[in-house]
Amino acid sequence: MTAVAIDLPATYLTERQTVGSWLLTRDHKRIALLFFASITFFFFIGGFAATLIRLHLVTPQGGLLQPDIYNRMFTIHGIVMVWFFLIPAIPTTLGNFLVPLMIGAHDLAFPRLNLASWYVFNLSGVLLLYMLLMGGVDTGWTFYTPFSTAYANGYVTAAAVTVFINGFSTIMTALNFVVTIHRLRAPGMYWSRLPLFIWAIYATSLVMLLATPVLAMTLLLIGLERLMGVGIFDPALGGDPLLFQHMFWFYSHPAVYIMILPAMGLVSEIVACFARKPIFGYTGMTYALLAIAVISFLVWGHHMFTAGISLFSGIVFSLMSFLVAVPSAIKVFNWTATLHKGSIAFDAPMLYALGFVGLFTMGGLTGLMVATLALDVHLTDTYFVIAHFHYIMVGGAVSAYFGGLHYWWPKITGRLYPEIWARAAAILMFLGFNLTFFPQFILGYLGMPRRYYAYAPELQVWNVLSSAGASILAIAYLMPLVYLTWSLLRGRHASPNPWLATGLEWQTSSPPPKENFARTPNVTTEPYHYDPETGACIAQNGTACA
Amino acid sequence: MAETGQWVPFWPKTSALSGDRVNTLFIAELVLCAAILALVFGLIWVFCIRYRRGNPVPRSALGEKSWVFEIGWTAATLTGFLGLFVWGAGMYVWLYKPPAADLEIFIVGKQWMWKVEHPGGQREIDELHVPVGKTVRLVMASQDVIHSFFIPEFRLKHDVVPGTLETMWFRPTETGNFTIECSEFCGTEHAHMGGQIVVMEPAAYTGWLTHQGVNLSLAQQGEALFRQHGCSGCHDANSTVHAPLLTGLYGSLVHLSDGSVVRADEKYIRDCILIPRTFTVAGYPPVMPSFAGQLGEDEIMKLIAYIQSLSPAAASREESTR
Amino acid sequence: MTVLRPETQYATLAQQGEAAQLGMWAFLATEVLFFGGLIFTYFIYRAAYPADFANAARDTELWCGSVNAALLVTSSLSMVLAIEAAAMGRQRAVLFWLGITAVLGIAFLAIKGYEYAADYRHQLVPALNFLLKPGYRPPGELFWIFYFTATGLHAIHLTIGVALVLLMLVRARIGTIGPLYYAPLEVVGLYWSFVDIVWLFLFPALYLPGRG
Repeated sequence: MTAVAIDLPATYLTERQTVGSWLLTRDHKRIALLFFASITFFFFIGGFAATLIRLHLVTPQGGLLQPDIYNRMFTIHGIVMVWFFLIPAIPTTLGNFLVPLMIGAHDLAFPRLNLASWYVFNLSGVLLLYMLLMGGVDTGWTFYTPFSTAYANGYVTAAAVTVFINGFSTIMTALNFVVTIHRLRAPGMYWSRLPLFIWAIYATSLVMLLATPVLAMTLLLIGLERLMGVGIFDPALGGDPLLFQHMFWFYSHPAVYIMILPAMGLVSEIVACFARKPIFGYTGMTYALLAIAVISFLVWGHHMFTAGISLFSGIVFSLMSFLVAVPSAIKVFNWTATLHKGSIAFDAPMLYALGFVGLFTMGGLTGLMVATLALDVHLTDTYFVIAHFHYIMVGGAVSAYFGGLHYWWPKITGRLYPEIWARAAAILMFLGFNLTFFPQFILGYLGMPRRYYAYAPELQVWNVLSSAGASILAIAYLMPLVYLTWSLLRGRHASPNPWLATGLEWQTSSPPPKENFARTPNVTTEPYHYDPETGACIAQNGTACA
Repeated sequence: MAETGQWVPFWPKTSALSGDRVNTLFIAELVLCAAILALVFGLIWVFCIRYRRGNPVPRSALGEKSWVFEIGWTAATLTGFLGLFVWGAGMYVWLYKPPAADLEIFIVGKQWMWKVEHPGGQREIDELHVPVGKTVRLVMASQDVIHSFFIPEFRLKHDVVPGTLETMWFRPTETGNFTIECSEFCGTEHAHMGGQIVVMEPAAYTGWLTHQGVNLSLAQQGEALFRQHGCSGCHDANSTVHAPLLTGLYGSLVHLSDGSVVRADEKYIRDCILIPRTFTVAGYPPVMPSFAGQLGEDEIMKLIAYIQSLSPAAASREESTR
Repeated sequence: MTVLRPETQYATLAQQGEAAQLGMWAFLATEVLFFGGLIFTYFIYRAAYPADFANAARDTELWCGSVNAALLVTSSLSMVLAIEAAAMGRQRAVLFWLGITAVLGIAFLAIKGYEYAADYRHQLVPALNFLLKPGYRPPGELFWIFYFTATGLHAIHLTIGVALVLLMLVRARIGTIGPLYYAPLEVVGLYWSFVDIVWLFLFPALYLPGRG
């Protein structure tokens, strides 16, 4: 009897395993993992800065860090977290992996451009590390002039060049997504059948394409001013410091929507699957995503209400800021309505998604407060604003990112993560997060300004609570590092569709083969065809989910 | 530092007209947001419990017409938001549009201190003495980078931007000490650029002013600078150079050669001194030299105070504060 | 003749070509915002210091800017003719018109180089060799900052364009561009036209103030 060799089908992970085959890959799935490694590295750098900040702020007069070092810490925390984590994380990891799979394509439109985007990202990362090692910069991630151009002692030009290069990576990725979604949808994948994550990536990519170049120009002008001593933004030389703020925020406000839109897309995918119910109001959700993307370009002045802009400008920007909150509110209501008459399970991804909805709502409501002109006069540049945007960015975007990582972990790695540990981490993250950032709302209203390395002694209790929360949050972030790595080695093997979800990505093996699908799928069904009563569902290619 | 009277402060002291109004708006909005949050959290909680998997409750009849709900909650949200917007915008205009001031004080922010100059010539650093119940108008300049003059207990702040003058007003309603903070990152000691506002009874305030041992008022110091830097060479009735006379200038409307009309406020006077060739007054030749680089922000404020004193309304007000 | 096949993610060459063109349009949108930001800032300061900017602009070499504008516009025409020739399978015409385009682009750069040298001799280059002439005030130097930034960025984009045109020439020569698939040529053509249009904005903005 001859032995029968069983050939495991090649997956994108196993098909070729040399270093070169990874570093020169054109496979969007491998590139997603390459990005995942870079993003995770920078997340811990930004997190390390945050740890030092919170440790330092345990005592009112500091003592852990010298003032100049503290100032560099919060600057590097901002720069790293914004450009090296929040903006790229979901699009370059989950986006790169899932966009072709979800639309039934074999790869992105421009695979080599995708790889180039990773190299450009790493180039900017190397420059960032160089700048850090040489001493860093202390202007805050907002680089306000004339402090940054004429007064700061630090590597401002290097920081500007770092972010400038980083922006190219963003643009390349966004361009790839836009063309892919337009041109590479499988037959039958009409726009009205696209999963909401694809819509979210599409809206995000549009914002990335249109906003990032303005940042590039602003950084170029800052670099010129610092190197050549001319007065573009320096009033002592005839420039206008407010012009810098307008140009900077014209990009940076859409940038924060770049950070949140993909997260909203992830939440929709997860909630539909774990409530076994179609997302309530699919059309409203897509219009809300696009409305947020468009209106996000019209609100930048709300960062300047106390800067000396005209009262009329302030009024216009406040109105637009309230308007941009409406589609976000609609999304929260729709997610809530999706739960009604669903069949809800509380696996880790769902815990993260529900955490997102709660924390995003809190962040969004406090956003209304800072959009209210008279209140913003008091609240701007205090810890209230810090708490507001961390609720959205960390409570929101990071929670959704972790939810997405867990949800698609079986698809990406072919392994199941340990569910109990994952649920524990999710709950710990929610609790640690609230303990860290809720006291900061109080600190802000009490009048503690931002970027202060020392504060009034009576504010110590809130700072201590916040730092305590930060330590819990740190544990919650480290736990997945441990058990997800463990699952790679010892986790149970995953079936193609362990969650019984409807997306096209679940209609191929876990992990997928290099070309994603043996044959291009044919799409016949709208997304989220779940039946809460029976729990059954129909995948987008018309087959029953198995 | 201000005393809060509590071991664990939860709510800041509220003072001055502005403090009370903003506080009210904040509490109202807090209550509204808490209600919305309770609604959303409550529904999520209830749905998650009732519709948890395995709980045998009816889940059929899903053919809801979603548009009714969606239009409904969108309209409610929009209405609520617009209400908050209107209230906030109206109050913002009130907060930032200075009414007729009883007292005008000049402030120069620099790394890392606040220099305060009273019209009578009294000077303070990181402290601002004012009388209770009077409308105080601050004219603020920065000598270097952007700072922000923040009075948490009054719920007020305004950025202090180099290259221009910013104004802010407040009306204290009780005596006491109130914190000042700088709330725009300005360098190493940004965290230690604070101070306090000392609100006194009017009699005590007048006493404090006289005890500062000052001979020359701000306007008188400005007059000295006016002569010192040769301004009177042109801006004098006997000068051969055709330059605008400055009596009555402050507060009046000025016609520029490009047809526009501007009000001669502090910013205008500052621009005239520092960037005179960017505009010209109608009927006058564009020959005024720039004094950029020759005058510090406090000297410009003294000149402004002097030119203010040449206008009748300002002159009489200056009398009352001596 | 090499057999052209679409990449694995594309079903047909036509789909690949359409994707390439959409990609270029998306890229050009980012470029519009990039140059737009610069031009916007330039106009803010021109409105703030009209006399100084007009005064400084009069020192630009008008003939250089005008000839360059004519060269670029002509090169856009030759580019379009190259694309048309590719569509009709006229290989030699493709090579000819691409060659003309490259030559015109290089001529632009040569004149630009001459102009920069002249500006340097006249001490109009901020930070490197700038003299505040009598009648000039500091905002005048700001004009020259914008001038060199804008024309410098444009020249970089044009250089990349010339390189792309030469690359297309090579590909047309070896046959990977032909009547069956000339999307890369269309994509480069789009880029080239964009670089041309940017000059049509920069020229009146930088060379014509003060010369009314």
